[in-house]
Amino acid sequence: MDIDQIYKAANLLSTFHDPEAPKLSINLNRVVDSQLTKGLDVDTRETESGVDVQINIQKGVVISRPVHLCFGVTDEQAVQRIKMDIHVEEGAQIQVMAHCVFPQAVDVKHLMDAVITLEKNARYSYLERHIHSQDGGISVIPNARIHLGENARFRTDFELIQGRVGLIDMNYETICAAGSVMEMTAKINGTHDDIIRIHETGHLNGQSARGVLTTKVAVRDRAKAEVHNKLTASAPKARGHVDCKEIIQDQGTAVAIPIVEVNHPKAHVTHEASIGSVDSRQLQTLMARGLSEDDAVELIIQGLLS
Amino acid sequence: MEFLRVIDLTLSLNGNPILDHLNIDFWKGHIHAIVGPNGAGKSTLAYTIMGLDGYQNIQGSILFKGRSINGLSIDERARMGMTLAWQEPARYEGLAVQHFIRASAKDKSDHAINDVLEKVGLTPKDYLHRAVDKSLSGGERKKIELASTLAMKPELILFDEPDSGIDVSSLRKIFNIIHTLKAMGTTVILITHSLDVLKQADHAFLICHGQLIDKGDIEKISRYFEEECMSCDHKNVPDPKENP
Repeated sequence: MDIDQIYKAANLLSTFHDPEAPKLSINLNRVVDSQLTKGLDVDTRETESGVDVQINIQKGVVISRPVHLCFGVTDEQAVQRIKMDIHVEEGAQIQVMAHCVFPQAVDVKHLMDAVITLEKNARYSYLERHIHSQDGGISVIPNARIHLGENARFRTDFELIQGRVGLIDMNYETICAAGSVMEMTAKINGTHDDIIRIHETGHLNGQSARGVLTTKVAVRDRAKAEVHNKLTASAPKARGHVDCKEIIQDQGTAVAIPIVEVNHPKAHVTHEASIGSVDSRQLQTLMARGLSEDDAVELIIQGLLS
Repeated sequence: MEFLRVIDLTLSLNGNPILDHLNIDFWKGHIHAIVGPNGAGKSTLAYTIMGLDGYQNIQGSILFKGRSINGLSIDERARMGMTLAWQEPARYEGLAVQHFIRASAKDKSDHAINDVLEKVGLTPKDYLHRAVDKSLSGGERKKIELASTLAMKPELILFDEPDSGIDVSSLRKIFNIIHTLKAMGTTVILITHSLDVLKQADHAFLICHGQLIDKGDIEKISRYFEEECMSCDHKNVPDPKENP
């Protein structure tokens, strides 16, 4: 299988063949394609089992087109270790779309360690979309530590809704300075005997820092999900919200552990968590339109995770 | 031939008879109204005809197009051509209006989806990509539910309190649609305690404590309802599933 087949599996052929699109493509431990743009510095170092990547966006640079990253493994068995060090300088802006594609995985481990730093007034949006094989023999273990400078804005969306999850064990932590805004969202669809573990933590340390942690998970068959969301607020006017919704069907099990910690009388954090089967009214409405129970459940879950 | 027949229908919930040996025949292509005071069993009758969870353990029979539908699931009944529009439509987090409508549509083309939205008075470009969730008002969700039933092109539609949560101008639109459905040959059953809604029907059935009290033309049933029911101090046993 060549890299084009990875692009095809992720519906990315046109994106990665666009000579103008800023991009970086890695297959296991090889950089197979790279296209930079002005103000975007990328340094890569191939290692025995992966790639170390350093990305820097220069001060004040606004990269208008999304930067596409593709982390693929075409092998059935492999360990891929990616180290990312991303630095967004003062006032710079970048939108990154990362595609993690493992279409043949039978026994593949994808390990990601990222340090992301946003300086004052920087903006960084990161969409990470996973496309897996139907085998389930994959472990995805991403860790990220994010530092937000004053008035920086950070948004990350993690989606794993195509193919089998296998095992995912993610751990993201964001530290927010004054006036910064953080949004972290994870949407994962577990089936068979998939295991989903999510740890998302946000620390609203600066005055008027704001943050939202959102997790939406569906578990069916014998899949298991465990979601730990923690949001702390330690400064005046810090505002945060934790929202966790898990749908369980069949023998799926789900645990939600939201922790909110407020260390200043003028800070405010809220949370809501719900775990349960598909709502009966939703289900019966769609069945009253002629959908089978299975199709109705699928539509409801796809909506939740969309 | 009767399109839908309810024969000696009895349903008890928590030991209380909610429908009590009810016999009603509904005729094809007509607008029927089921009217009665709160707790009379009107909505319960609609849920039982549709076969919702908890409303299937009945005595008696329900015949649709000459065939018994006792024991059929909701979706089996829907695929035979009937549907139900709820008093309080469901909310779906993240599910786009276009996907919600398309799921039930006979014609799944963009043109057909736009057409049903326009019929209920919603501008497609403003609604297609919105989620059927709490960001929509109750009235908007009601119209979207109505659009989804139109897209399904059912032979029979049960409307539970079609005026609930609807403003006056929207209600006129809904009444127009009800008459359009009739013109298309759809049989409509309106569940209501509103005289305005009742007036849209060709004829009506008055029920109380799960029994048929009277039936006939709208004028007669309206008069009976106004004169006898509104001042009546009889208290019905409400459906515990409707009022948990």
